[in-house]
Amino acid sequence: MSFLNLIKVAITAIASNAFRSFLSMLGIIIGVAAVIIMMAIGQGSKESIRAEISKMGTNIITIRPGAERRGGVRLDPSAMRTLKMEDYESIVREKKYVTYVSPEVTASGQCIFGAKNTSTTMYGEGIEYLDIKQWTLEDGEYFTDNDIKKGSKVCVIGKTVVNELFDGADPVGKNIRFKSIPFKVIGVLKSKGENSWGMDQDNLLIAPFTTVMKRLNAQTHLSTISCSAITEELTDNAIDELTEIIRRNHKLADGVENDFRISSQAEMMDTMSSTMDTITVILVVAAAFSLLVAGIGIMNIMLVSVTERTKEIGLRMSVGARGIDISNQFLIESIMISLTGGVLGILLGWAGTLACEPLGLPTSIPAWSIFVSFAVCTVIGVGFGYFPAQKAASLDPIEAIRYE
Amino acid sequence: MSEDNRKVVIELQDVRRDFQVGSEVVHALRGISFKIYEGEFVTIMGTSGSGKSTLLNQLGCLDTPTKGEYYLDGVAVRTMSKSQRAKLRNRKIGFVFQSYNLLAKTTAVDNVALPLMYNTKYNARQRREAAINALKAVGLADRLEHKSNQMSGGQMQRVAIARALVNDPAVILADEATGNLDTRTSYEMLVLFQKLHAEGRTIIFVTHNPEIAQYSSRNIMLRDGKIREDTVNTNIKSAQAALDALPVANDD
Repeated sequence: MSFLNLIKVAITAIASNAFRSFLSMLGIIIGVAAVIIMMAIGQGSKESIRAEISKMGTNIITIRPGAERRGGVRLDPSAMRTLKMEDYESIVREKKYVTYVSPEVTASGQCIFGAKNTSTTMYGEGIEYLDIKQWTLEDGEYFTDNDIKKGSKVCVIGKTVVNELFDGADPVGKNIRFKSIPFKVIGVLKSKGENSWGMDQDNLLIAPFTTVMKRLNAQTHLSTISCSAITEELTDNAIDELTEIIRRNHKLADGVENDFRISSQAEMMDTMSSTMDTITVILVVAAAFSLLVAGIGIMNIMLVSVTERTKEIGLRMSVGARGIDISNQFLIESIMISLTGGVLGILLGWAGTLACEPLGLPTSIPAWSIFVSFAVCTVIGVGFGYFPAQKAASLDPIEAIRYE
Repeated sequence: MSEDNRKVVIELQDVRRDFQVGSEVVHALRGISFKIYEGEFVTIMGTSGSGKSTLLNQLGCLDTPTKGEYYLDGVAVRTMSKSQRAKLRNRKIGFVFQSYNLLAKTTAVDNVALPLMYNTKYNARQRREAAINALKAVGLADRLEHKSNQMSGGQMQRVAIARALVNDPAVILADEATGNLDTRTSYEMLVLFQKLHAEGRTIIFVTHNPEIAQYSSRNIMLRDGKIREDTVNTNIKSAQAALDALPVANDD
C-alpha cells in the first residue's frame, strides 16, 4: 500500500476510536510537556545565572601565583612569592587587550570601632579596582594615586562592616582600627548582597595596596593581580597576552611550567553552566521516564487494537495485503498517535512554560528541545508500535478472517 | 468436461493437507484432483469435517498443500511465499464470506476499493471508478456512499460481491455466501451469482446447502477429505424463477 494510503487508513482508524486514541496520546502529551518545561526551566536558570555572573564582570581575569616547585615539592600557592610588583608594572606598560589592572594583597583580621568589633578582610588594591569589579560607592570617595604612593591609612568599607560597627551612624570620616592600625574611613561601597554561591560581597575593607603591603603584612610580593579584558570575547586574547608578559618577566624557558595561574570569570561561568546542565539532565531524565511509560501505554493500546481488529486484518490479508502492509499500517498508526501526542505535548509544554513565569521561575525553551521531542516521539511510535505491528502481520489469515 | 479447448482456471493434482493436532496427524484432504474451467459455476458441498473449508483455503491461496500441486491460472501455488500468495490473491481471487466482512463505518465505495489499495497500479481516481462500476454490476448504484452499518444484510453481501469483482479476478470464491441471509435475500444473491456466471465469470461456491447445487453448473461433493461425486448439472434451475415463485413478503 502506498504511504499516502497508509496515512489515510491510520487517520481513519484513530478517528474511529477518537477517545481511546486521545487517552493513549495523553501519556505522550504529559511526558513531552514535562520534558519541555524541565528543559525550559533548566535553560532559563542557566541564563539567569549567566546574567548574574556577567553583572559581576565577565571580563575579569585573575592572576595568582601557583605551581611552583622546589626540589620536586609543590608549594601552597598562598605561600608563594612569584607575583611581583614588576609583573604589575609590566602589564600596565604593555597591555593591549586589558583595560584595567589592580595589584592585590589581602589581610584578614579584627576590625574595631569604639566598643564594637567584627572579623573581616582587608583588600589592598590599586585605584582601578572598582572599575574592574564594576562596583560603585554609595558615600564618600575612593582613595587616590597619591594615597597609594604615600601608603595612606585610608579605606573604603563594605555595607556589612558598616552595619556591624556603626549602628546607623555615618562612617565616613571616622577612624577604625584594623589589626590595631588606625584607618580613616573615606567611602562606603554600595551593597552588592551575596553572590550566586552565597558569599557575602559586602564584608570587606579596601585600602591602598601599598598600605597593606608595607604597614600590615610587611611583604613585597602580590597575592593576586586583577585585570579586566576589553570585552568578554577578548578574554582569551587578554589571557594569552598576560601569560606572555609574566612568563617573560619570570624568565621561564620554553617547556617550563607556568609559576602562576590565570583564571577568568568566563571560566567560572562555564563551570556554573555545566553544573546547571547536570541538574537539567537529571530533571529531563526524570521527565523522560514518563515518556517511556507513555510508550508502554501506546503499546498496550496497539495490542488491544490488533486483537480487536483481527477480523479486519484477516480480510485485508485475504484481499491481498502482505505481512509488511499490515505491519506498516499498525506502525504508522502508532507513530501518528505518538507524533500527534508530541505536537500537543509541545503546545502544552509551551503553555506550561508561560504559566511558570509568573511563579518567578526563569524559563527559556531551547529550540532544540522541540526537535528532540519530535525525534523521541517518532522513536517511541516505532519502538513501541513494532511489536504489536509484528503481531498483526504474523496472524494467520485463515484464522483471522473467521475470528469472532 | 473433457473438452480440452476450454481454459483451465484451477487445477488440483492429488492435493493432500495434513494437520498436526497434538501427537496425531489429521488428514483433512486425502488426495484431491480436479480441474475447473473458465466460466464454470461450481458448488463444493460436504458436511462439516468433510474438508471443504480446508479445500477452500487451498483454492484461495491462504494455505498450501502438504503434498500435490495446485495451479491457479497456470501458476504453481505450493512453492510460493506468503507475500507472493498475497499478491496472487490480490490479482486473481475474489472472496465472498458468510459474514460479509466489510470494514466498519466505511462507505460502500471504500469497502469495494479495498483490494485495489494493495495494487499500486491503481491511483485514487481509478480505484473509485472501478469500485463504482463493480457496485453498479451488483445493483447498488444508488448506495455508493452508504456506510456498512447503514445497510441491510443483502446490501452488505452485494457490497462484498462487488469487492470480489473489483479486481476482475480469475475466480470468485464464495464461502457460504448465503448462510447469513433469509430465503428471499438468498435467492436474490443466487440471481446475482447466476448473472455473473452468465457474463462468463468463474465461480466456486462452497456450501453445505444441497439446494444451491441445483443453480450451479457443476457440483463437487466431498466426504472425509476425498471427492465422492463430481457431476455436471445439465438442468440448471433459474434462481429468478424461484425468487418469483416465493410468496410476496407481507411483513411490511
